Amino acid sequence: MKRTMVIAALAALLACGTAQAQQINVKIGVLTDMASLYADDTGVGSVIAAKLAAEEFMKDHPNVKVEVVSADHQNKPDAAVGIANQWIDVDHVDMIADVPNSGVALAITQVAAQKNKVFVASGPASSDLTGPKCNGNMVHWTYDTWMLANGTGKAIVKTGGDTWFFLVSDYAFGHALARDTAAVVKANGGKVLGEVAHPINTSDFSSFLLQAQASKAKIIGLANAGGDTINAIKQGAEFGIVAGGQKFAGLLVFAPDVAALGLKTAQGLTFTETFYWDLNDGTRAWTKRWDKERNSPGKLPSMNMAGVYSGTLHYLKAVAALKSAADGKAVVAEMKKLPAEDSVYGKSTVRADGRVLHPAYLFEVKKPEESKYPGDLYHVRATIPADEAFRPLKDGGCPMVSG
Amino acid sequence: MFDIFGISSAALFGQLLIGLINGSFYALLSLGLAVIFGMLNIINFTHGAQYMLGAVAAYLLLNYSGLGYFPALIIAPVLVGIVGVIIERVFLQWIYKLDHLYGLLLTFGLALIIEGVGRNYLGSAGLPYTLPDALRGGQNLGFMFLPNYRAWVIFASLIVCFGTWFMIERTRLGAYLRAATENPTLVRAFGVNVPRMITLTYGFGVALAAFAGVMAAPIYNVSPNMGSELIIVVFAVVVIGGMGSILGAILTGFGLGIVEGLTKVFFPEASNTVIFVIMAIVLLVRPAGLFGRRA
Repeated sequence: MKRTMVIAALAALLACGTAQAQQINVKIGVLTDMASLYADDTGVGSVIAAKLAAEEFMKDHPNVKVEVVSADHQNKPDAAVGIANQWIDVDHVDMIADVPNSGVALAITQVAAQKNKVFVASGPASSDLTGPKCNGNMVHWTYDTWMLANGTGKAIVKTGGDTWFFLVSDYAFGHALARDTAAVVKANGGKVLGEVAHPINTSDFSSFLLQAQASKAKIIGLANAGGDTINAIKQGAEFGIVAGGQKFAGLLVFAPDVAALGLKTAQGLTFTETFYWDLNDGTRAWTKRWDKERNSPGKLPSMNMAGVYSGTLHYLKAVAALKSAADGKAVVAEMKKLPAEDSVYGKSTVRADGRVLHPAYLFEVKKPEESKYPGDLYHVRATIPADEAFRPLKDGGCPMVSG
Repeated sequence: MFDIFGISSAALFGQLLIGLINGSFYALLSLGLAVIFGMLNIINFTHGAQYMLGAVAAYLLLNYSGLGYFPALIIAPVLVGIVGVIIERVFLQWIYKLDHLYGLLLTFGLALIIEGVGRNYLGSAGLPYTLPDALRGGQNLGFMFLPNYRAWVIFASLIVCFGTWFMIERTRLGAYLRAATENPTLVRAFGVNVPRMITLTYGFGVALAAFAGVMAAPIYNVSPNMGSELIIVVFAVVVIGGMGSILGAILTGFGLGIVEGLTKVFFPEASNTVIFVIMAIVLLVRPAGLFGRRA
């Protein structure tokens, strides 16, 4: 009798324990490019962004424990899938963040769908991620090739740049960006005179630039990013491209790229982004926090890093609402239901196809004499509202929506 | 202008000239590798990292002591050459008698260390290094616009390459070096300080790599990865030319640069792989390489 009483008391105690505030454990893996051409636009800065989001969320929600891990995918889809599988199967990672390089991202989005975890994509650009390759386990933050094409392409054609020649990075991203921009150019009355594909991470653009020069197109569209864009523009200056009357259109340019090029070379470049550190008080305050963690003078946060922060915060919000991170599809559904809001991106909405909508801005790089302090790089030329900046839902070809 | 195979001759000549410029870098680097392999029997995988060190030295010289491009062309190779001498004395001298594989592994490890340290301190986006003012601008040749700096690259590397070849094949010092490779004991018996010659030869090969690095700094991104991208192609060039042949390395370097330039016009997607395809064919037909001596 006594023993039964003791066991009953113990059982009651245990039951009480679990009825209290439930501890929710979440593990986030930031899969990014740590050492190659996209490292300064994502890399360590993205990991810091995720950690900032985690710390902030844990402060407001003491019953949620967030752990952030990271890895270098080296721009190799097979290596990335290996890391993702190990993370999910062995290390109990619930969400994969960032993933620059659209080729890698297309592979990771499959892994997330197969294993029912979440993929918050901030790094990759291909609009196919919310188009034909969409699924219920991913959300695409920050930007995509359609937004870039429509923002930058349309603006440039309207100001007289009506003949184009593309320098295309020869993988999923470059081709998607060239395709989307060519469509915009043609739709606005322009002509595409040709294109040439170069391997990713090319250091010498001389022969490709020569072909661009020979085409006599008014605009040379750079359908590449990171180190490739920097090299192409630098070497373009050497070959007298701009002096010869042609202009570069940087289709995907980040603030760290402009800093690496220097204002003298980059001045006048016009492109579309969704974040700039000096845009408003919210972005400035966040950049200060990021800078303190980054601890490397002269480095600027890119829109991808800001997107990792914003996306991670919203993901954690959804997990807290559901009280569990286990079911990826359910978390993503919750992310689409809840409105997103933070100090960096303001208000965003997550659409049915996984596309996140927020305003985009047309920036122009300042002339050296117009820059008043270090990091003062951009003029804001136009603001594109969220509902116009991204491809309409019905045009995407996402099987979840139309099918 | 006329058309060849559907490509205008203007575009073709332009690409050939670009190919010659790339060939200059291949020639300089493969020359250093050939000298080191020919004299020391070491497969120097650190060559790419030493090329990178040359570019970084030029960048540091500019930013910390105000020394511009032309002084850096002399000083940076000397500095990196000294680093090479230290590597030889501390690491390489113990493994000459061993299989080639040990030298390859050791130098490969050193390359990874140097690049990792560089990445840690310099980031991977690349550092800006401005063109020297004296070499700015360019000439409009009609079929293309040739930047002055790139013309200088061809000119300087031709001089350095043939100067080195002349020194090794036609001077007494070169004769000592070649004799020491064939029979070090006998040459030592004649009173020539063979270990010192070997050390200085390695230092010279490394200095050649650093010289190429300084020349690359204004036009390519000075980044810790710059060497690892180039070194694989350069090894293919050396293999095609014949591992021990100095003249072979120079001629093959320029030749393959031109072939790569042509590929970029006719079939750009293959431009990364054409040199390896040629290497495979040459190894099947002439395993010692085009100019190699060992049959």
